[in-house]
Amino acid sequence: MKAAGKGHPCRSMLYMPGNNPGMMQHVPAFGADSVLLDLEDAVAEREKDAARRLVAHFVREIDFGGVVVTVRVNGADTPHFERDLEEIIPSAPAAVRIPKCHSPEDVKRADAAIGRIEREQGMPPGGVRIHAMLETAHGIEHAFEIARAAERVEALTLGGQDLTADMGVQKTRDGAELFYARGRIVMAAKAAGLMVFDTVWTDIDDAEGLKSEAELAARLGFTGKAAIHPAQIDAIHEAWRPDARELRRAFRIVEAAERAEREGKGVISVDGRMVDGPIVVRAFTLIRLGHLYGINEEADL
Amino acid sequence: MSAGQNLRTIENALSRAVPVEVPGLRKYGPYVSPFAYLERQISAPAKGGFPLRLREPRHDKVTDDIKKAVERSGLENGMTISFHHHLRNGDAVIPKILQALAEMGFRDLALAPSSLPDSHDMVADCMRSGLVSRLFSSGARGEVGRAISAGELDVPVILRSHGGRVRAIEQGDIQIDVAFLAAPACDRYGNMTGSAGRSACGSLGYAQVDARHARHVIAVTDNLEDYPLHPRISIPQYLVDQVLVVDSIGDPSKIATGAARISRNPVDLRIARNAFDLIAASGLLTNGCSFQVGAGGASLAVAACVKDYMAEKKIRGSFGLGGMSGYMIEMLEQGYFEAMLDVQSFDRSVTDSMTRNASHIEIDASCYANPFNRGCVAHNLDIVVLAALDIDLDFNIDVQTGHDGVLRGAIGGHPDTAAGAKLAVVAAPSFRGGVPTIKESVTTVCTPGETVDAFVTERGICINPKREDLLECARNARLPVKDIRALRTEVEKLTGVPDAPEFDRNRIVALVEYRDGTLLDSVYRVK
Repeated sequence: MKAAGKGHPCRSMLYMPGNNPGMMQHVPAFGADSVLLDLEDAVAEREKDAARRLVAHFVREIDFGGVVVTVRVNGADTPHFERDLEEIIPSAPAAVRIPKCHSPEDVKRADAAIGRIEREQGMPPGGVRIHAMLETAHGIEHAFEIARAAERVEALTLGGQDLTADMGVQKTRDGAELFYARGRIVMAAKAAGLMVFDTVWTDIDDAEGLKSEAELAARLGFTGKAAIHPAQIDAIHEAWRPDARELRRAFRIVEAAERAEREGKGVISVDGRMVDGPIVVRAFTLIRLGHLYGINEEADL
Repeated sequence: MSAGQNLRTIENALSRAVPVEVPGLRKYGPYVSPFAYLERQISAPAKGGFPLRLREPRHDKVTDDIKKAVERSGLENGMTISFHHHLRNGDAVIPKILQALAEMGFRDLALAPSSLPDSHDMVADCMRSGLVSRLFSSGARGEVGRAISAGELDVPVILRSHGGRVRAIEQGDIQIDVAFLAAPACDRYGNMTGSAGRSACGSLGYAQVDARHARHVIAVTDNLEDYPLHPRISIPQYLVDQVLVVDSIGDPSKIATGAARISRNPVDLRIARNAFDLIAASGLLTNGCSFQVGAGGASLAVAACVKDYMAEKKIRGSFGLGGMSGYMIEMLEQGYFEAMLDVQSFDRSVTDSMTRNASHIEIDASCYANPFNRGCVAHNLDIVVLAALDIDLDFNIDVQTGHDGVLRGAIGGHPDTAAGAKLAVVAAPSFRGGVPTIKESVTTVCTPGETVDAFVTERGICINPKREDLLECARNARLPVKDIRALRTEVEKLTGVPDAPEFDRNRIVALVEYRDGTLLDSVYRVK
């Protein structure tokens, strides 16, 4: 099982065409936290069957190292949806990404199908998670209900290309048109306790644009961002690098929290100020994030 | 019985069987270690120096008749001819001359080019026809490689590094009788350069050696300029016996290809990133550093990382070395290095830079890499990034034989710079076309593992265990260090283990000479 699981950071999610074994075999080399093997937009209609078989085989047989493996299946409105699930779920990816989640019913349908396949295959129920991709105005407006539609929903993801088309606007470099959607989807995910991924930056030659968009996503509260080329991974990871000052404080908060627990004290105080529960949780999250940048103690800063 | 058969062999320090003598060539010693030659105290004067020539003032050197030029050179059957490979795949001089020699009925010549371009399949025909009976080269590819590996030459081909070739010439192992040197710009007295003319190729660093040591030197040009050639002379008139004017010395579009682009292949870029990270971690990238890298897309990606790092840290290097790419010249022009030492230019953007920029310096192959002179630049080098076909668990490198055992590469400056540099990084994909790069034991050792400090792939960095200091640097920088055996297992899980090619071990078709003239390995006939 290649479960992402709670707490496994997925700052980057690398798109990889599901019909390109030459690239898929190199996944562990690129340094992404997670990979998204794509059966949908990256695969031409007449190659759908071959790609599905190939991806199922790869997920089952290939050692992806520590990379979290997810698969984007075709939408429920296509003839491929059911067959994708039938063949992909038994290979036990960490999650499947369901595109074009329009309403909670889309997620419920996928959940029911996945649950049935898991039972038939004798797999642990709920093992394969759902990443719900919101890429319509309707989907965005129902983000929270979608997030809560099934237990196995683990993440919401924003599909910026289709969404701007649905909104009848152009996707621009500064992304002002997506500002509301980003805020809405992040808030829904946070309210439901899920991960939330930002859309791709499509211009692989525009490193500056990628950098500023990734930084924006990190500031808004996204937990990660999709990448369409391995060259984008480093910039994405850099955007989530914890601020040194904040991290220093996190070390002190955690130390104080541990001390308070040893001493049986209910109140935690750092630098003479009281610290609440959510801040302690955030401090732990920051420190886990710091590990990904080789920062294991304050001295590493 | 052919000379390659049943030779008496001895095991060298790498446990490779190598002959003690090759009939028709010379006696050989086995490879011992990279600098074992320093114990030998050679004091004999160099052989193979150019002989004295007595010429009347203002005598005429120019002809447009190949056959007359050959006749005047005194070439005879059994002699040795040489060419340079600065025109790369655009070269038309080697085929033109060999064809004329065939028409003149020559036989049994030794062909001793500085290397053979990929495109010269016709040399295989010359081997089959008996025109060429012996070959000394840096490499053999294409049809020539296949013909040699099939055992079509009786005498084993001698494969040498660029530095080793100069040593061989100066010690008399190669005695060049006639050198046919393509000259992109030449005057009527034989002053020549590669940095001008429609067939310009840049540096003539390999040709300079042949010009100094050949018994007879013929400049072959399609661009006769007014005397004296100016502003630049790479090979001076007093070394040149004749000037042969031909229609064309080659195809300019293939001589000076457009500048190589930095690879966009994600695997190449990952390899480059890992290689750069190791270089940075080594601590060698400081003010006054020196650097050599190839011109392939992945190599340029390493150079690009190095440049960004130097810019960020405000580092100014001393020199860049070797085959020179446009990217390196850009780094020179932008002030990242004080000078570029250029033995061979790789692309069009480099060609006229030497004329424009006095810090872009043409050096000859002896200055570049000859281990037996009073100091070559390769021995002053800090960092070199090299390629490989295969590597083995002892870090020995094969740049000659592919997975099928057939000769398909060239040694170039690989062993020279690996031995000389403080840090020799070999960068290659962990597998290509489903064939793993790490072997238990390489087919042909071209560069001994003891001169290779690290092997860098997209899947991680393997450090030679003898470099404990480097391993510590890499670990401290949290680089993805992997044991080479573990990486081999990881890759073979994906690829499986390919069958080894089958060889006829009684039939040596080529020998790899180390730069000091000892034998590194034998190449056998492929069954």
